[in-house]
Amino acid sequence: MAREIDRQIIRDLRENGVNFVTTVPCKQLAGLIEVLGDTDTIRHVPCTREDEGMGLCAGAYMGGMRPLIMMQNTALGVTLNALATLIQYYQIPLPMLISYRGEVGEPVACQVEMALHTKALLAQLHIPTYHFHNVAQADELPGILDHCQMCRKPVAVLTDASFWGSAT
Amino acid sequence: MIRYDLLKELKPILSDHLVVCNIGAPSQELHEIDDQPSNFYMLGTMGLASSIGLGLSIATEKKVVVIDGDGSVLTNMGSLATIGNNPQPNLVVLIVDNGSYGSTGDQPTYTGGRTSLAGVAEACGCDTVIECPADQTPDILRNALAADRMTVIISRCDSGNRKCPVISMNPISIRERFMAEVAR
Repeated sequence: MAREIDRQIIRDLRENGVNFVTTVPCKQLAGLIEVLGDTDTIRHVPCTREDEGMGLCAGAYMGGMRPLIMMQNTALGVTLNALATLIQYYQIPLPMLISYRGEVGEPVACQVEMALHTKALLAQLHIPTYHFHNVAQADELPGILDHCQMCRKPVAVLTDASFWGSAT
Repeated sequence: MIRYDLLKELKPILSDHLVVCNIGAPSQELHEIDDQPSNFYMLGTMGLASSIGLGLSIATEKKVVVIDGDGSVLTNMGSLATIGNNPQPNLVVLIVDNGSYGSTGDQPTYTGGRTSLAGVAEACGCDTVIECPADQTPDILRNALAADRMTVIISRCDSGNRKCPVISMNPISIRERFMAEVAR
């Protein structure tokens, strides 16, 4: 069931001009994906894997749209080549709204394993990374989206269990 | 017929359209045969040509031709499900199926064995899938572009590549001139 935070984030995306979103779902992203379904101004194309989603985003960008990908941090590994040789190499702005599984509040132990590598991998790739830990930090999203377009880079927004838990 | 000879035959058709071309030998061969601002050359990222093409065809009303390969499609087979479920009438995916990984020394792919990409594409929900020998491909591509219907063409070619130089163009120049062509 979508909550106010989900509506706020989708509103921010709309106001920034985001009109193409691809997703691989996560429990924490379920409300956002629900609101996306009711948002006429954003074309939602679910992808089968996150690197495929980055291909979709690159194409949509070159066609004049403003893309964004929603994904889980556990998939970061499969996207490394797409990030380095497509998104970064061709300088395509790509906000990545990432469900940061494996942080405090996580019920599934295995999720911690990729959480341990998430920030290190993003740092290794020189991807600007913002970590939302409580709901007030979502107010930074519009600025981050502008920053992404300005610098034409992939930009990661990590949203952890505390962030989603503190939201209404 | 090898891919290079097929691309030469397709040149008059491709030059009028936006083309997203697969990594390695296909892009190098297309670049040598007919370098155009309307060609987007993939310099890396095996497997994403069809995904880029789908995203592009959603964003533009212009016709988009993807030149993909059997080895690349096998690395990203889920893309056919995404394409089959989001059909764009302005998209033609041309899979040059030579049963081999051309850019890496012509090692065999499974499409030369028991795997049918036409069967995969149909099972993924692509309504119009045409498998044909290389020499029939120009007519089939021309008809597909005229039909206003998302089409997947699997063109059976012989294994083999033409030695062409590596593309030395800057990736940002490739993207910027391509985007100018999309917006024109």
